[in-house]
Amino acid sequence: MTVSLILADGTCFKGESFGFQQPVSGELVFNTAMTGYPELLTDPASRGQLLVMTYPVIGNYGIQPIEADEMGLPTNAESFQAQARALIVSDYSDFYSHWNAKESLEEWMKREKVAGICGIDTRELTKHIRQHGSMTAKIMFEGKNKPEEYSYTNMLPEVSCKEPVTYNEGASRKVVLVDCGAKAGMIRCLVNEDLEVVRVPWNYDYSKMEFDGLVISDGPGNPSYCSEVVTKLQKFMAKSGKPVLGVGMGCLLLGLAGGMDTYKLKFGHHTHNQPVRLEGTDRCFITTQNHNYAIREQSVVGQWKVYLKNLNDGSVEGIYNTRNPWVGVMFHSESDSIPTDTEFIYSDFISKL
Amino acid sequence: MAMKKYKKVLLLGSGALKIGEAGEFDYSGSQALKALKEENIETILINPNIATVQTSEGVADRVYFYPVTPFFVEKVIAKERPDAILLAFGGQTALNCGVALYQNGVLDKYKVKVLGTQVKAIMDTEDRELFIERLDEIGVQTIKSHAVETMEDARAAALELGYPVIIRSAYALGGLGSGFCDNEEELNRLAEKSFSFSPQILVEKSLKGWKEIEFECVNDKSGNSIIVCSMENFDPLGIHTGESIVVAPTQTLTQHEVQKLEEITIRIARHVGIVGECNIQFAFDPQSEEYRVIEVNARLSRSSALASKATGYPLAFVACKLGLGYNLYELTNSITKTTTNFFEPSVDYVVAKIPRWDLSKFHGVDREIGSSMKSVGEVMSIGRSFEEVIQKGIRMIGQGMHGFVENKSVKFADLDKALKEPTDKRLFAISQAFQEGYSIDRVWELTKIDKWFLNRLMGIYKVSQELHKVKGIDKLPEDLLRKAKKMGFSDFQISRALGLEKVQGSQAGLLAVRALRKKLGILPYVKQIDTLGGEYQAKANYLYLTYNGCAHDIEFFDDKKSIIVIGSGAYRIGSSVEFDWCGVQALNTIRKEGYRNIMINCNPETVSTDYDVTDRLFFDELTFERVMDVIELENPYGVIVSTGGQIPNNLAMKLDAQNVPILGTSAKDIDNAEDREKFSAMLDRIGVDQPEWSELTSMKEIGKFIDRVGFPVLVRPSYVLSGAAMNVCSNQNELERFLQLAADVSKEHPVVVSRFIENAKEVEMDAVAKDGEIIAYAISEHIEFAGVHSGDATIQFPPQKLYVETVKRIKRISRQIAKELHISGPFNIQYLARENDIKVIECNLRASRSFPFVSKVLKINLIEIATKIMLGIPVSAPEKSLFDIDYVGIKASQFSFNRLQKADPVLGVDMASTGEVGCLGDDQRYAILESMLSVGHRIPKKNILLSTGTAKQKAAMLDAAKMLQEHGYNIYATGGTSKYLAENGIQNTRVFWPSEEGQKPQALDMLHGKQIDMVVNIPKDLTQHELTNGYKIRRAAIDLNIPLITNARLASSFINAFCTVDIDDIPIKSWDGFK
Repeated sequence: MTVSLILADGTCFKGESFGFQQPVSGELVFNTAMTGYPELLTDPASRGQLLVMTYPVIGNYGIQPIEADEMGLPTNAESFQAQARALIVSDYSDFYSHWNAKESLEEWMKREKVAGICGIDTRELTKHIRQHGSMTAKIMFEGKNKPEEYSYTNMLPEVSCKEPVTYNEGASRKVVLVDCGAKAGMIRCLVNEDLEVVRVPWNYDYSKMEFDGLVISDGPGNPSYCSEVVTKLQKFMAKSGKPVLGVGMGCLLLGLAGGMDTYKLKFGHHTHNQPVRLEGTDRCFITTQNHNYAIREQSVVGQWKVYLKNLNDGSVEGIYNTRNPWVGVMFHSESDSIPTDTEFIYSDFISKL
Repeated sequence: MAMKKYKKVLLLGSGALKIGEAGEFDYSGSQALKALKEENIETILINPNIATVQTSEGVADRVYFYPVTPFFVEKVIAKERPDAILLAFGGQTALNCGVALYQNGVLDKYKVKVLGTQVKAIMDTEDRELFIERLDEIGVQTIKSHAVETMEDARAAALELGYPVIIRSAYALGGLGSGFCDNEEELNRLAEKSFSFSPQILVEKSLKGWKEIEFECVNDKSGNSIIVCSMENFDPLGIHTGESIVVAPTQTLTQHEVQKLEEITIRIARHVGIVGECNIQFAFDPQSEEYRVIEVNARLSRSSALASKATGYPLAFVACKLGLGYNLYELTNSITKTTTNFFEPSVDYVVAKIPRWDLSKFHGVDREIGSSMKSVGEVMSIGRSFEEVIQKGIRMIGQGMHGFVENKSVKFADLDKALKEPTDKRLFAISQAFQEGYSIDRVWELTKIDKWFLNRLMGIYKVSQELHKVKGIDKLPEDLLRKAKKMGFSDFQISRALGLEKVQGSQAGLLAVRALRKKLGILPYVKQIDTLGGEYQAKANYLYLTYNGCAHDIEFFDDKKSIIVIGSGAYRIGSSVEFDWCGVQALNTIRKEGYRNIMINCNPETVSTDYDVTDRLFFDELTFERVMDVIELENPYGVIVSTGGQIPNNLAMKLDAQNVPILGTSAKDIDNAEDREKFSAMLDRIGVDQPEWSELTSMKEIGKFIDRVGFPVLVRPSYVLSGAAMNVCSNQNELERFLQLAADVSKEHPVVVSRFIENAKEVEMDAVAKDGEIIAYAISEHIEFAGVHSGDATIQFPPQKLYVETVKRIKRISRQIAKELHISGPFNIQYLARENDIKVIECNLRASRSFPFVSKVLKINLIEIATKIMLGIPVSAPEKSLFDIDYVGIKASQFSFNRLQKADPVLGVDMASTGEVGCLGDDQRYAILESMLSVGHRIPKKNILLSTGTAKQKAAMLDAAKMLQEHGYNIYATGGTSKYLAENGIQNTRVFWPSEEGQKPQALDMLHGKQIDMVVNIPKDLTQHELTNGYKIRRAAIDLNIPLITNARLASSFINAFCTVDIDDIPIKSWDGFK
């Protein structure tokens, strides 16, 4: 079935429908990762996205079972459900080949109510977003109603846990993870460091809790809509010198709590290959990112310093406080239980607990 | 941070192109030299491969055309005293030489620092046991293997591991001497051969059927690492990666799997101590996440050249800079110009590399592909769906296939066998299997090719079936046409599927489809390769075309200031780096003259596809359809078809018919030279002699012709390059057998039989003319008599033994031909000369294989002059001519018979060499020695085995045999030769042919016993009987790595040279030292 992708500026692309057939609107975001569509579609930071994959052939290895592991975390995905609203590709491969795949991408998308378009010139679409900035768009089906207009809101309630959950209870050190849309991989990584992790809802009042350090997770959307998190964080930081680590969205929220400004990047950082450099050293890292905002460099003043910078566009990729063990980075230091060069971010944090 | 400054750096090249070591090292070396130049470092290059771009003027500061061996390299080091050396850019040849120089203390003695990855690290990766030890240290899985040094240990190891096992030799390029053994008998045979290449061999458990995955990793001195490219072999493990279709990026691995292997890759690179680039190959279980590291290449490789072209990341350039001490982030991304080289490319297209084999050129060769490399070249295809990429790629390899479907059926009688035991034609076996109703599962069971790939191929087959159901082009649904184009169908394939080809002919049929397409607006779009998947704006001029798109990435100038040069495609026997050199010279000249240069080519091993040398590079097909697409978009001032060998030459007439402005000699005149009948009539008209010939229409006519001229005769179709389907027939039987083959090759052009003249000299005229008048020329002389293909012959320039009168006549005839064909541009004429009797054999109105050789010896760039002429820029004849040269250049051929199991290493009218070298000397003997040593010959120590053919050839070898005796060599000779030598007073020991059973000593035993240092084996004539007679001896020499010469005149020259010259006395002079 032919469907249309209509951008906020009126530009129209036509393609074929696959997946769930329902009109939908969202924020159009392109991602240049060449693998990892299951992880991206289930990444809470992808919430509300109409996800464009720049790599043209998608679906090749199907979907591996997304089930709860012994900790209750999802396997083969970053969360249990689809977070992106739609997937836009050039060439969808319905046939999949992988020993551990149980269903095709389309079957999963249908169940998870994710719309899909294939046959799109995703490079042309990507260039359009690059030139005109990220924008909202809608997917229209002939003969079906228009979708509701997409509006930017605080999406944390949609992706955060509803009640506190404890992992690895009884470990010698304990951290509170403020769940703004935490990826499964991140929780696993903290547990692997032998920490007790208490995952709390985004707006949870953790001020009365006993713990050794605070982690603010990644998550979707605009940090300035999340003042509740920022206020709680500011209160905590005013009273306690305990280590704080912000990742992705968590870094932006830490920045806001520390008095910095954030701004929207033209088309965000949504790739597996964002190069960052540790300021003042020769050390560089390739990082995975999925966000639209950054901390304004000029606002990193006083006790705060720029920790890392992006080698492509020079944006701030990490901040730290010179007096307290407070650190924020815009990328994930873990990669699904595979060691990475940026693990020192976690180990530094843990060493200060 | 302060970096050490280097003043003078030596780079080792890879020598002649051979199977397993080809043009990719011209590309990587050229990039490294460019990187050094940018730093104002003086560069010295040793590479005898005179046809390369890296040995051209202006690339390195000084070039030495000497063998890349420790002996010669030390001499150059002693003379030049460089402060550093680069070993990673000249393949296994340079690496092995570097290791030897390190081990024998030469590098220390002259205080030459190795840049980049250190020799110790190289040795860790090359020696299998050390390699496994090092990887064990970091908990990385390797293939369980036993390094053994004796046959007994090999057998014991195999027994312990259990068959099937794989055997490899340590320190060998491209899997030389390796293979699978299913039982002890096979092991015995293969192990013996492997031991002849290496003192140590490895016996490993076979992991046949696993996936093969590769990564290219770059590491700087600070330990910053990036993965530049992931690659997945279409063919399962068991087929050498050089023989596999390789797809980038990986297609069937999950993110977790890719990241897992990437992490291991980086861990290895750091642990080993890579500074620069390395390639790591994995075996990956298709049923779990089990992996094994197959090998680590601590140098630039074929895969790295592919990865560079596949991603736009200039690996060799960057690796060289890292060797100088830079960090990755300190280098600027040469495509975006705004970001740094510390990044991992993201591709938004699919890439496939497809190897090109030329197995049909070899007698008796084993066609099965496996763990040892046999392919001679490769193409890279870019698109936005796998179907598009694979079909484009199949066309690019240029072997008459139109894609996955719609080929004149290659019928496999035993289809299951063809699927199970893959050959160079395996793709077409899959195609046939689908036609015969095999399921994907069934094909998978037989091939172990991942079902994802098979499913995609099935999709192509299904669309072709849909097309077949359409009755006529006017009934063709637009959607189906669009779908077919998105799946990479060519207009020709569609035309054939619709049945148009049969009715209208092939060209008219495809033009009809093209016209319909254009009417419906179904057109390909031009996309950029920008390294970052579109994330950043790039000024990329690196382009490809796809139907899976809706807009162009670039704008077209339409100002008549662009010139398109059509490239030479896949390297193959008969067309390789020499045409890349010609293409690059044309591109450079165009740019220098103020025009925009545009290249169309599809070979990732080339310098002409380096986006730095072009204003626009279309990395795409060289088919009429695609070339027309580019021409219509670019609307150029003109198109050059004469610098890329036969592929562009063959397009001339078709392009001309579409009113494409072809620069230089007109298409009509090109046709007049290519069409044998027209050409011959012209020669008759201007009174130029040629060997008698006749056009073949019936056997009866042939019979009459041969009654008149007698055997042997030369049989060939029109439009040939490298003698494809050309052969000498010595008797009626052979003639009849061969004609059936030849007639199949080309139906559009008639087959020609001509008289074959024996014992004649062959002379080449390479020249450039303007409006029919010769401006510059070079006459060179073959050392071998006619009968050895000009591409295999040893050529001396200037000629050493031609009569002045012969030269005069050749000049005169060439002038006449140039005038008659109104030549404007490069051309080549081949002559036969016996006494002063001159006959024309062939004339090509394009650059020939020998253009770079004669240009560099003469120090006059013939292509630059030719390009200027084609651009209409005034040129004057150079003041210098070949008569002013006081030195000699010898071009010698490199053969790769050791790779081609079972092939008869004998030379004939069909070309067999894979590469060449060209060396200079003040004395012809110096140049002979240098060039023969460069192509793998060694000066024999003591024992020489002679069997020297006919009486005439025996006589021709007599002086050489005498000389051997005088210089204390022991001569062993077979029956007739032994008797002849004895009669002429030359002491020798008779040895026996394999057929002379029971008599001792057996020639074969001596070879196997390593008692012979050189074999001269000359077949009496070209009859089947004679060819099979010495086959065992020749093949054993090759398999046991004993130098072999099969031509009396070449053998005499070489023997004369090493008997009368001590290689220590050869003066070491750089190219510019020869005045």
